[in-house]
Amino acid sequence: MLKLFNFPMSPEQASTFAPEHDALFYTLTILTVIFSTLIGVLVLFFAIRYREGSKVDRSRPIYEHMPLELTWTIIPTILGLIVFFFGARLFVKMRTPPEDALDVYVIGKQWMWHAQHAPSGVRENNTLHIPINKPIRLTMISQDVIHAFYVPEFRVQYMVVPGRYTTQWFQATKPGVYHIFCNMYCGGQHSEMGGYVYAMEPKDYANWLSNGGTDLVAKTMEERGAATFEKLACGQCHTASDTPKGPSLYGLFGRTRKFTDGSSQVANDAYFRHSLIDPYEKINEGYDKTMQVYDELSEEEILNLIAYTKSLGTSAEPKPAEPSLAPKKGVANPGSSKENQAKLAVGALAHENERPQPGPKPGNLSVGALSTESGAKR
Amino acid sequence: MSAQTETHQEEEQLNYLTNGKSLKSWLLTGDHKRIAILYLISTALFFMVGGIFAGLIRIELTSPTGVLLETETYNRVFTAHGLVMIFMFLIPAIPAVLGNFVLPLMIGARDLAFPRLNLLSWYTYMVGGILITWALCIGGVDTGWTFYTPLSTSYSHGPISLAILGAFVVGFSSIFTGINFIATIHKMRAPGMTWFRLPLFVWAMYGTSVVILLGTPVVAITLALVMVERWTGIGIFSPELGGDPVLFQHMFWFYSHPAVYIMILPAFGVISELIANFSRKRIFGYHFVAFSTLAIAGLGFLVWGHHMFVSSQSMYEGIVFSLISFLVAVPSAIKIFNWTATIYKGNVRLNTPMIYAICFMMLFTVGGLTGLFLSSMGTDVHLTATYFVVAHFHYVMVGGAITGFLGGVHYWWPKMTGRMYPEGIARVNAILIFIGFTATFVPQFIVGFMGMPRRYHYYYFAPEFQIYHILSTMGASILAIAFFTPATYLIWSLFKGEKASANPWGAHGLEWEIASPPDSHNFHHIPIVTDEVYDFPGVEYAHPSHGPKKKKSKEAEPATKGKH
Repeated sequence: MLKLFNFPMSPEQASTFAPEHDALFYTLTILTVIFSTLIGVLVLFFAIRYREGSKVDRSRPIYEHMPLELTWTIIPTILGLIVFFFGARLFVKMRTPPEDALDVYVIGKQWMWHAQHAPSGVRENNTLHIPINKPIRLTMISQDVIHAFYVPEFRVQYMVVPGRYTTQWFQATKPGVYHIFCNMYCGGQHSEMGGYVYAMEPKDYANWLSNGGTDLVAKTMEERGAATFEKLACGQCHTASDTPKGPSLYGLFGRTRKFTDGSSQVANDAYFRHSLIDPYEKINEGYDKTMQVYDELSEEEILNLIAYTKSLGTSAEPKPAEPSLAPKKGVANPGSSKENQAKLAVGALAHENERPQPGPKPGNLSVGALSTESGAKR
Repeated sequence: MSAQTETHQEEEQLNYLTNGKSLKSWLLTGDHKRIAILYLISTALFFMVGGIFAGLIRIELTSPTGVLLETETYNRVFTAHGLVMIFMFLIPAIPAVLGNFVLPLMIGARDLAFPRLNLLSWYTYMVGGILITWALCIGGVDTGWTFYTPLSTSYSHGPISLAILGAFVVGFSSIFTGINFIATIHKMRAPGMTWFRLPLFVWAMYGTSVVILLGTPVVAITLALVMVERWTGIGIFSPELGGDPVLFQHMFWFYSHPAVYIMILPAFGVISELIANFSRKRIFGYHFVAFSTLAIAGLGFLVWGHHMFVSSQSMYEGIVFSLISFLVAVPSAIKIFNWTATIYKGNVRLNTPMIYAICFMMLFTVGGLTGLFLSSMGTDVHLTATYFVVAHFHYVMVGGAITGFLGGVHYWWPKMTGRMYPEGIARVNAILIFIGFTATFVPQFIVGFMGMPRRYHYYYFAPEFQIYHILSTMGASILAIAFFTPATYLIWSLFKGEKASANPWGAHGLEWEIASPPDSHNFHHIPIVTDEVYDFPGVEYAHPSHGPKKKKSKEAEPATKGKH
């Protein structure tokens, strides 16, 4: 990786495309430097040497010179065609996924990424777990506007368009955590529509898959609820403090809720169940119809979610000022190097980094709490 | 030139500035020179507005979590920056200001072919400008200046139709100017002004006008279709309604890529004038420079797909667009090489306009070459829509078009106002622009290569980007000062500047054979052109402050006399 003092100047090379891309990039950089220096030096040299009043030979100036014109037409054309060839060759490679690629289906929507692994059906939001040394083919579609799925460390990017499937493929070469950026302006929180690719050793990936997308199997109801909470990305709206998108779940259980029609109710199990499957019958004061309807949830999932909500504190308990969590090991952390740990902590769920996340109580849970990591570290 | 020149007697003759002083005489004028001044004032104001938006963006990006603005506001600010700079400044700047002013003078005409259409062009531009300003004032638009669908048709709120209507209307002002230029160049050249005696600026204006006429109607239709979809729900671009969102990109770039040439070709024209006239030498390879303009104008229509390598157009389509994009780089290279050869064995006067021309050549070379990274498909996949692209097109638009514009403004300032600007400060300032510009945009190439996407408000998840944003903002502060200074000294020169003679630069061209500022009707007798373009005999300085010190004794000698 190139560095300027201690500052990186180039992205990591983490896919099979990266070295070839960078070879072309640096070749072009050298061409750019050579030609612009050539022009710059010539122009300045001529302008100073032939400045008015200087005593230099100006005899027999030329105004037309066909061989010269042809030279500087043909040489750039040939150079251009060579670069074109290598660029097109790399592009054709990028557009031709190998037969044995693993399929992952990606859905982009304002402002999150949703991925589903075939054939296991394991799903995740704003993260993408992949094995290294294995071609991965993404089949992508958008649910609303045009997005672009961009992983700079892999040197790949392709638009995610509503109404049609687009594909791209890549093969990671080393374990690590890499950026996912949405790189097509998609309104509002475009800059926060991102996440991380976790490139893992194949056996870690197999492990991850067999656990249904977590490193550890959920055992308690809270843990299962937390996993569902994470899977559905409830934390997008239900953060540690109330936002216009939704109330905080900390200490919500047992509190009296006021509705827009003037009635009120204590937030008990029945209230939570109803809020999930039919949120619009009664709207909480101060909110709009922003809650999604989750009537496809099983009763078991609902019970687990309620248990998780209770674990965030009931109204009897004081609201935690700052959720603090000892960093857990191994939440989908492939490299487990120091650097990767830090990266995870900074923005495991990049979206909500600004706000502390609602998360499970300290020491209580070990899964599905990616979002809490960011809160904890802050 | 052996034209029947009016020597610029200093006796009180009404020139175009003093002939009628009322506001009405300005607002209802048919004089191309006055309309150019109206355009100069209005584009300068819009440039200032766009510059303030740019400043806000730069301040905001110094911190990974923003400094002043909410994300919603930030999105509106960068959209406004793009809208104002492109539609209200870059597209009209050189054609409507410099082209309007000097094109008829250069070809020996008394005005453009359709003076009223020319005035209508300015009014149309102002109406469009007011609509866009209005849209910005009542909440702004957060779609990006590109108005990509279906974000702009179905998902974004705010006065989008109003902003689109503004851009739509402004398009017509370019079309009017384009029609006018083409008719004028075809029909109103002075006797003896053959096609290959045309100054290269006129060739550039011709190429630009052709692009405007062929391209602008397409973007007008595209924008109109966006409005139709927003208002009536007829599905053109939204997939939910049966439309195709990528179709919009094809139609939009079919205009907006040639629009890049609408912005840069006129600057090429200005630079050709500056290089030839300040090297005081016939331009090297006149025919190559002239025809490369037409080649760019033609090929420019066949490369729009290079904006869309990763937007689901077919791979083979992409390959063709990539190939043609490499070819369109060649005519630009030809120009650069010919200009360099022109300076060789020249008699170079390093006045401010020439310094701008030299800056242009260095910056545009970098801008053009970094374009190859983006027309090469393999590298474009990684670089597209990152800050690398931002830096690249600013090199072309600011380092190219705006540097050319400023060079042209300084060059023709004596002709336009009858006053000289202060040479010393102007020279220093031109160099300052070069320094500030480089400091602003070189870090953006690096951060773009690292993967920083454009149009991002936050980047706290990638703190390694911050150092480059800070460097870029530091450069931008220099650039801001350097862009503001000319406004002050040029206005100062209107009142205190040295009076300009007819031909303060010893330049060659019909516009320098009439008084500064010219009369309302330019030429008392239509000149007859008998000599070749850029045909330089020895012409001396009329203004000692702008020439080498030792030439002082020549001051009294009127410049245009003694030619031939």
